[in-house]
Amino acid sequence: MARVLSLCMMALLAALAGHAAAADAIDPGSDFKAFRDYFIKRFPDVPLDDFVNGPYSMDADLRKQWQAIDDFPPYDFAVDRGKAMFATPFKSGKSYGDCFENKGIGIRQNYPYFDEATGKVVTLELALNRCREANGEEPYSYVKDEMASLTAYMAFTSRGKRFDIRIPSDPRALAAYQKGEEYFYTRRGQLNFSCASCHVQNPGNHIRTEVLAPALGILAAMPIYRSEWNGMGTISRRFVTCNSQVRGVPLAPQDELYRDVEYFLTYMGNGLPVAGPGARP
Amino acid sequence: MMMRRLVAITAVTLATATAALAAASEADFKVALAAAEAAEKDAGALKNRWTVTEDALAAARKAAAAGDFDAAVAGAKKAEALAQASIAQAKEQQEAWRDAVVR
Repeated sequence: MARVLSLCMMALLAALAGHAAAADAIDPGSDFKAFRDYFIKRFPDVPLDDFVNGPYSMDADLRKQWQAIDDFPPYDFAVDRGKAMFATPFKSGKSYGDCFENKGIGIRQNYPYFDEATGKVVTLELALNRCREANGEEPYSYVKDEMASLTAYMAFTSRGKRFDIRIPSDPRALAAYQKGEEYFYTRRGQLNFSCASCHVQNPGNHIRTEVLAPALGILAAMPIYRSEWNGMGTISRRFVTCNSQVRGVPLAPQDELYRDVEYFLTYMGNGLPVAGPGARP
Repeated sequence: MMMRRLVAITAVTLATATAALAAASEADFKVALAAAEAAEKDAGALKNRWTVTEDALAAARKAAAAGDFDAAVAGAKKAEALAQASIAQAKEQQEAWRDAVVR
């Protein structure tokens, strides 16, 4: 009898250990498939590539308004300004193009990436400021127009290219991915919302007058012109605003955790086309 | 005997009520503020401060600066309660976030 009990106990412990290991295992490939399948099943009438259009993929009336507005895109001025900034040499004589592969043209789909030298995630916004600092220039604010203009131009040159975010089998990259995933799903702020509360559990539903965008492809159209902001906004600005809206104190723009969230979320949109810059209500 | 006991109870009750009604002092505020700030620091370590906690702390400091220590102590206590709620939320979410993951 004691032997039977002992065997049962061992089997139970083995099962529990297996369950714990499954919960802790980091498997971006399986997460990606589950994430995509969830949205496809939930919105079977939305073509996969259309998810990058955010709320317009969810609401027909809103889509008509957007199509009318897009005849004269409100982000055009930012693209023009970004293009001029991009071509203007630094005091060093070099320019932004010298800091990036392919002179910075058509590369948005590869950001963010995991930098094996530093063991950290590098976003496009961070890479642009590092480029400035390496050339003796002051970094730009991550939430203001200059950064939005530069990223708008770089996204514009990448339109239609498919996101191709890589997560190398490096424990540090997997850890960064998981930290981003954890932040995305963690409820915070006095309103007790996570990013997923709005963009996974409630896309297409309204919060006040706003139609919530699906998380799948949600960063593909960044940076965006938002009517609510009466101007352009970067990914950093969007994350900061999201946290504030749930009455949480936001992290500093480009905090390592925000970069990890961008890494996780952009990876979830792999294969979708770059649609930035975009316009949102 | 009964009367004496009644008088004693009344006296104690009045004394307690008077103490409760007594205006808060700057020292009371400093104690309440220190507790609130310590809790908010803990919330910050968990990367989960709330804007409303910061607002309550600012309002408490402003009331203290204006010499209204009743409002200042009340504000600091409110801030501490909010900070404790944000700490509880962060601790609960340390594992609970996994339940929300799309699988």
